[in-house]
Amino acid sequence: MTTAPTHLVPAPPAAEEAVRKALATGTPPARAGGPATALTFGWRGMLKIKHVPEQLIDVTLTPVLLVFLFTYMFGGAIAGSTADYLQFLLPGMLVMSLLFSSVYSGVALNTDATTGVVDRFRSLPIPRSSPLIGAVLGDSVRYLVGASVIVGVGVALGYRPEAGFAGILLAVALVVAFAFGLSWLFAAIGLLMRAPRAVSAAGNMALFPLVFLSNVFVAPETLPAWLEAFVEVSPIAHLATAARALMEGTVAGLEVAVSLGTAAALTAVFAPLTTYLYGRK
Amino acid sequence: MSTSSTLAVEASGLEKSFGTKRAVCGVDLTVPRGSVYGILGPNGAGKTTTIRILATLVRPDAGEARVLGHNVVRDADAVRRAISLTGQLASVDEDLSGEENLILLGRLLGFPHRRAKARAAELLEAFGLVEAAGRLAKGYSGGMRRRLDIAASIIVTPELLFLDEPTTGLDPRSRNQVWDIVRALAVGGTTILLSTQYLDEADQLADGIAVIDHGRVIAEGSPGELKASVGTGALHVRLLDAEQRADAAGILSRALTADVNLEADAAALSAPSADADLAADAVGELSRSGIGIATFSVGQPTLDEVFLALTGHPAERDEATDESPEIERRAA
Repeated sequence: MTTAPTHLVPAPPAAEEAVRKALATGTPPARAGGPATALTFGWRGMLKIKHVPEQLIDVTLTPVLLVFLFTYMFGGAIAGSTADYLQFLLPGMLVMSLLFSSVYSGVALNTDATTGVVDRFRSLPIPRSSPLIGAVLGDSVRYLVGASVIVGVGVALGYRPEAGFAGILLAVALVVAFAFGLSWLFAAIGLLMRAPRAVSAAGNMALFPLVFLSNVFVAPETLPAWLEAFVEVSPIAHLATAARALMEGTVAGLEVAVSLGTAAALTAVFAPLTTYLYGRK
Repeated sequence: MSTSSTLAVEASGLEKSFGTKRAVCGVDLTVPRGSVYGILGPNGAGKTTTIRILATLVRPDAGEARVLGHNVVRDADAVRRAISLTGQLASVDEDLSGEENLILLGRLLGFPHRRAKARAAELLEAFGLVEAAGRLAKGYSGGMRRRLDIAASIIVTPELLFLDEPTTGLDPRSRNQVWDIVRALAVGGTTILLSTQYLDEADQLADGIAVIDHGRVIAEGSPGELKASVGTGALHVRLLDAEQRADAAGILSRALTADVNLEADAAALSAPSADADLAADAVGELSRSGIGIATFSVGQPTLDEVFLALTGHPAERDEATDESPEIERRAA
């Protein structure tokens, strides 16, 4: 004997009818291309910033707090005056702010992977790289917010770049390019690790020493020889030097080239690797 | 090819391991176009992995599968163009609103923003989500999330829709709504492949069922055939005194002319029973023999009973069986 289903609560009437009608109107659109779908994923990233603005707070507030701390606590001791130190520190803080922001690319990707939404994206007839390229594009908004905040705070505290607004724009463009490259590395890490929190912990653990062991906070000549040697080859130090030069209007062609080269190399290695990992997930 | 035109899924010898765990070991599956097909099995039986292979999310280690005539490995893109997937974890973006989720997917499928928005509005209306359209999906109830999930799957009507455990964890009302939606989609001509832990659900929705256990299909057929193979129902009895179980088993076995299952609960036993009258007589027989009955019920075979009949072992899983008892009475 077959039991009739026990409708404890009656289903809303006409639900079937409504669904059937909604089906009938579905006419298939032309397929979306790679660039269009990547841009759509970029739009998704922006919606997420709108709905979860908290994601901006830690990556923008931490560098701002450090600017205050270093300028007013240590500035006098390091550079003789807080004004002189701010002039030295600010381009480096721009670097720090955006590099920490790039960790979030991995966190976001890992968050996606722990929910079912990645399964849906991967079952769509779109290029496998679109969600990733789109996510990285969406990150640019976060970078620009971070850069505006740190430069704005710096200028409010008395920072005056010799190269003016154009210098700031060039420096921001260079650091954003570097952050794009680095975000591919964190995206790959994001797909390899188990939990979003583990990704941010790993990213911060790796970046903190690298940022401090550079010329972001102090001139490397004051360091012991072995540490100075390390700073000499650190890509973050090259980036900080390049950003400083662009903002001060001095020449640092080699540092700019090394920074762009590092960004290109990171992208060349980790963008395909991330796409592969995403497809295999 | 004639087979491709009539079959939505044809899979043979699918195998997939994750590390040392063999998730799927030799699944064969044939799903006709235009049907609702159920994969029935307990947690960890390989249902999700099978669906993920067919939906091009996982490459099989061995075996071959064609979905709507396209090979799932070599021609994955053609498969993706014809299918939609509603995964076991809700496949929606929790940090976007319901409307934004649908617009996002509409645009990814090729609609310009304005048409994606219009399509989203139609679907929100049809799925009873208009009021919740602007709220973030993370605040949705399980049933709303599932409806949004299915709505997202039919922005463009797919030829084949995968539904991985569409009602697991839903309350009865939401479950009925999902069932209604599945029926409507089936009437609309979409082939549906759904996985479930509930025999009841497969019975309600599916034209054909494959029972899967330990990564293998252990039985296949229509719901009627499947139930006939396990008996159409079962009598469950729980005794007041566990000591009397052996006597009770003997009486039931004679009255129902069937094998009696002794259950994990030392005072409980069950037996297949083709009709309720016979079961009532058997219960009467127990009373007359002085065996005290705590509760008894007659109901559809549960997944456990299907498994017991097909494999000789009960389904191994964590969740309680979803029974729908027809008669349940408490003895005084």
